[in-house]
Amino acid sequence: MIEFPDAFKHAVNSVFTGTRGAITYLSLSVLVFAVFIRWRAFFTRTWVGVVALAAASFFLVASYPDHNFFEIAGKPDNVPIMGLIFLVGFFTWLAFRRMVENDRRVAGGRPTLEEEESRDKVLVWPDLVYIEFIALILCTVLFIAWSVGIGAPLEQPANFTKTPNPSKAPWYFLGLQEMLVYFDPWLAGVVFPGLIIVGLMAIPYFDPNPRGNGYYSFRERPFAIVVFCFGFIIMWVVLIVMGTFLRGPNWNFFGPYEYWDPHKLEPLLNVNLSEYFWVKGYPLSVGLPEGYLLREAPGFALLAAYFVLGPLVLARTFFRRMLEQMGMARYQVMCFLFLMMTLLPLKMTLRWSINLKYFIAIPEKFFNI
Amino acid sequence: MTGPEHRGILHYLRATQVWRSIFRHAFPDDPRNRALAILSNVFLHLHPIKVRKSGVRLSYTWCMGGLTFFIFLVETITGILLMFYYRPTAEFAYTDIVALREHVPLGVMRELHRWGAHAMVITVWLHMFRVFLTGSYKPPREFNWNIGVILLVCTLMLSFTGYLLPWDQLAMWAITVGSNMARATPLLGYEGQGQDLLDPLLGPGFEVVHDGSDARFALLAGRFVGEAAILRFYVLHCIFIPFIAVILMSVHFWRVRKDGGVSGPL
Repeated sequence: MIEFPDAFKHAVNSVFTGTRGAITYLSLSVLVFAVFIRWRAFFTRTWVGVVALAAASFFLVASYPDHNFFEIAGKPDNVPIMGLIFLVGFFTWLAFRRMVENDRRVAGGRPTLEEEESRDKVLVWPDLVYIEFIALILCTVLFIAWSVGIGAPLEQPANFTKTPNPSKAPWYFLGLQEMLVYFDPWLAGVVFPGLIIVGLMAIPYFDPNPRGNGYYSFRERPFAIVVFCFGFIIMWVVLIVMGTFLRGPNWNFFGPYEYWDPHKLEPLLNVNLSEYFWVKGYPLSVGLPEGYLLREAPGFALLAAYFVLGPLVLARTFFRRMLEQMGMARYQVMCFLFLMMTLLPLKMTLRWSINLKYFIAIPEKFFNI
Repeated sequence: MTGPEHRGILHYLRATQVWRSIFRHAFPDDPRNRALAILSNVFLHLHPIKVRKSGVRLSYTWCMGGLTFFIFLVETITGILLMFYYRPTAEFAYTDIVALREHVPLGVMRELHRWGAHAMVITVWLHMFRVFLTGSYKPPREFNWNIGVILLVCTLMLSFTGYLLPWDQLAMWAITVGSNMARATPLLGYEGQGQDLLDPLLGPGFEVVHDGSDARFALLAGRFVGEAAILRFYVLHCIFIPFIAVILMSVHFWRVRKDGGVSGPL
């Protein structure tokens, strides 16, 4: 059986442990994402895809014998999340492969793959119903094999007096639970999910670009593709993978081969913006003022600038054409949702770099941002 | 000796009055009968007669929407079978699941239901991902994209409500973590902003939104995840959300047809 040497595992653990590990993990994900998109023509070649798949499979095979890795990654309920990683990876690769091909065709004045194929129509019987039938049979076989192979887990009976550590939400909500580290429940659990749904529904009404309808294309709609892929892959899938495999007891961050020690200590030194402003000498050190409105004025000013000046600055720079195409009202709503989405990575970065706890902290009114 | 009854059992069957009363077309090996095969079948007539060639290309559609629907059917069938043996009460829920595991030889219904649920969440996401990447939400498909987003939420809610039913530690605490967020709902949660806004209406000393009346209470039918929550989640899981999902799916599929079929270049 192949297994990584201990030295390698220790090295990986030391890179991916604690708060620094979380930073490394997410920064690496963003880096891989950016590099993949920038050099997509290279990465979507067949042999590169095969090598990437082989490397990922090798990593998995050589990691499974490790006791600590298997304890988490081998859990029956985590098997689909392993599948999710490979499926999202494969389909992203496939989609970008077709985008590259279509962009090349359009640049050369030739029709896209889809246009070429949609010139003629095929009969649904037999061309579609047979595909559906085969897909259905393969899927049934897969499900039965999966169900026979891995039994559905059942833990101890529900017990109010025994809180498991860590207590995790269902896996598809782990992105939201990760947000709870950086934002209060009313934002991470209520407002952000609501805005995700509203934002998704609003997409067709925001996108003024008529091109790229019904075929894969990157060059014709780079902004839409990059923003959506960032939201889906980084802010959703990567956070789910992190919440499932790397967040352990007390929601601490653990390396993939690390034992989930419930007694691991992580110092929490988070500081509010108001404390930085009034107490810590950036720029004042006079002590916190009495009333919360004055105390939190720096935070209010900062967020107001972000949400008011942000759209204005963007309108004169990156989003200039979008404003022309969309009109002021739609542009403002789109900009607000966009800035809400970027608030999360911004706050994460600030938490990691300067231990920022809240921009605005008014616990008296349950109002913390 | 040229009659259909002498050319094999299938040909004989096809010629019987029973067969012809069910299938109102001849063997689908010419365009007319292939069209009729789709048109005269209530299940198949979800499809058009013809589709763009790119619409049946797996590397274009990924088949994820179809698989999601298929898994929904699998979940329905296995779910109905599970309902025969499961009682949604704190007393019986857990032991009924244990009984399913211990007493049914070769039983895989709970496995199929659970793994199918995981898979359905993934296929729904990938379907949305594909639809976005091919720009298929653009006019004239804006409305259907919206239906799709609600169906995505339905799928997550179906899975979330099903999570509680085995009534084990995983179930109870995952739902506790998930539903605790509702406490903080602005205006409607007892730890949310503005939860005291309506209090003056009732006079001094009264609270409108408290832990026995807020959004979390409505979700759990109680102040904690307990007996009442099982029943509530059971009804949501087995009847309420599937009911809404089926209606929306009908609209979704119908609009795929009406908005020009599986998307392709305009």
